[in-house]
Amino acid sequence: MEPIISVDHVSMRFNLAKEKHESLKEYFVALLHGGIRFDEFYALNDVSLDIMPGDFYGLIGLNGSGKSTLLKTIAGVYKPSSGKVTVRGTIAPLIELGAGFDMDLTARENIYLNGTVLGYTPKYIASRFDEIVDFSELKDFLDVPLKNFSSGMVARLAFAVATITKPDILIADEILSVGDFLFQQKCEKRMAELMSGGTTVILVSHSIEQIERMCNKVAWLDHGNLRRQGETLDVTREYRHFEKKDAMPAKKGG
Amino acid sequence: MVKNSFQAFWKYRYLLQNLITRDFKLKYRRSVLGVAWSVLNPLLTCLVMWAVFGSLFNARGSGIENFPAFLIIGQLMFSFFRESTTMAMESVLKNAPLLRKVYIPKYIFPLEKVCFALVNCFFSLIALVLVLLVTWTPISVTAPLAVVPMLLLFAFSLGIGLLLSAMYVFVRDIMHIWEVFCTLLVYGSAIFYDPAQMEGWVQMVIKFNPIYHYITAVRECVLWGIGLDPWRLVICAGCSLLSLGVGVMVFKANQDKFVLYM
Repeated sequence: MEPIISVDHVSMRFNLAKEKHESLKEYFVALLHGGIRFDEFYALNDVSLDIMPGDFYGLIGLNGSGKSTLLKTIAGVYKPSSGKVTVRGTIAPLIELGAGFDMDLTARENIYLNGTVLGYTPKYIASRFDEIVDFSELKDFLDVPLKNFSSGMVARLAFAVATITKPDILIADEILSVGDFLFQQKCEKRMAELMSGGTTVILVSHSIEQIERMCNKVAWLDHGNLRRQGETLDVTREYRHFEKKDAMPAKKGG
Repeated sequence: MVKNSFQAFWKYRYLLQNLITRDFKLKYRRSVLGVAWSVLNPLLTCLVMWAVFGSLFNARGSGIENFPAFLIIGQLMFSFFRESTTMAMESVLKNAPLLRKVYIPKYIFPLEKVCFALVNCFFSLIALVLVLLVTWTPISVTAPLAVVPMLLLFAFSLGIGLLLSAMYVFVRDIMHIWEVFCTLLVYGSAIFYDPAQMEGWVQMVIKFNPIYHYITAVRECVLWGIGLDPWRLVICAGCSLLSLGVGVMVFKANQDKFVLYM
């Protein structure tokens, strides 16, 4: 079977923002002071992995290990500095929920706006409108501007909009950490439903229990390097015994 | 390749439409007169300019026939150019939170701003009609042809907007430079004077200003009944193509780097 996502020797290099020149003056001042240095930093270093259709794939690692960067590279937000990402299917990104919301617009208007950000047609959104409202439990707040919403309410709305369609791939970046436990259960249930319909899910979480409960495969990132990948329990068992001193060094350039 | 780009664009046409609707709603939310401001604003601005240049400096005496109509056409076209390019310039950076999280073709944002300005401009044409009525000017049969230079100006502004929005991501000074440059352009676009009455060298300089040609082409259609002058049409279309070409090229070459600088 062909992998639905192939990450092939992908490196992502950032010029660290130590001296980010946002105006001409700053730029020239830096130029006079001995030239412009770029501190290069590899958020991802030669990472390769294949994700098969129907996988529930977990990404684990400490803060700053490159999990979100990898997700954004897969979602097409970042273009890798080297290597290649091949995606065979439609992606619904749940990266920091509510990115496409305009806080001045009402919930109703935002459902349509965010829906089109994700590439749905207005007709399709209209046909699923009631479902979105039901799932987010915001029936009484439809015509209230989003700036008056609590963060939990915004997250609920965003999750509802993003999962109305049946995408081939669902990318979820710690979204399940928002909202109360009832809503979290609801989200997990929805994701399980999508899975049973054949959707591949990639999940980033700091909760090892959640990863063990939901994922069948796991990749462990350490300072941009792929440290280990494989069956969930094999990887998480090792991860639990991981200590900081054993960390792999991040690749620096310059 | 072209077909692929078009398919990608077609997929996001509803987003474009929704963004324009959003801007429109937000622009007039909580204002009593609402969309009427699209007409009132240019009308009042024109009135001020008419008072200033007509009485204080007495430029009206210099033989421009139907000065108010002459003025408002220049005013409308120029503010379309200024608004669209300024809004387009900031659009990519303003949507940084979105672009950092979801894949969307980045040119959607400058394109949306220029479209939004065009919609506004069409609304403002009511102001022009009002001025023509009040000054008892017969509307010439060639007036509908004015759509051609207006669409060419749209393409011209889109090119400039794409170029500016790409530059603005890397160097924020552009905004201030552009603001001053636009003020310079106000005086160099023959909005409230007839260049034929200026000195020779001024006439020469103005001929190199594309905005002057777009404005004059609209005046030729609406006011003077000349219709489309082929030579001017060539100049306008050439400038539009050049601007669009450079804008698209620079934007395309740099768009993958945007997200690293936002």
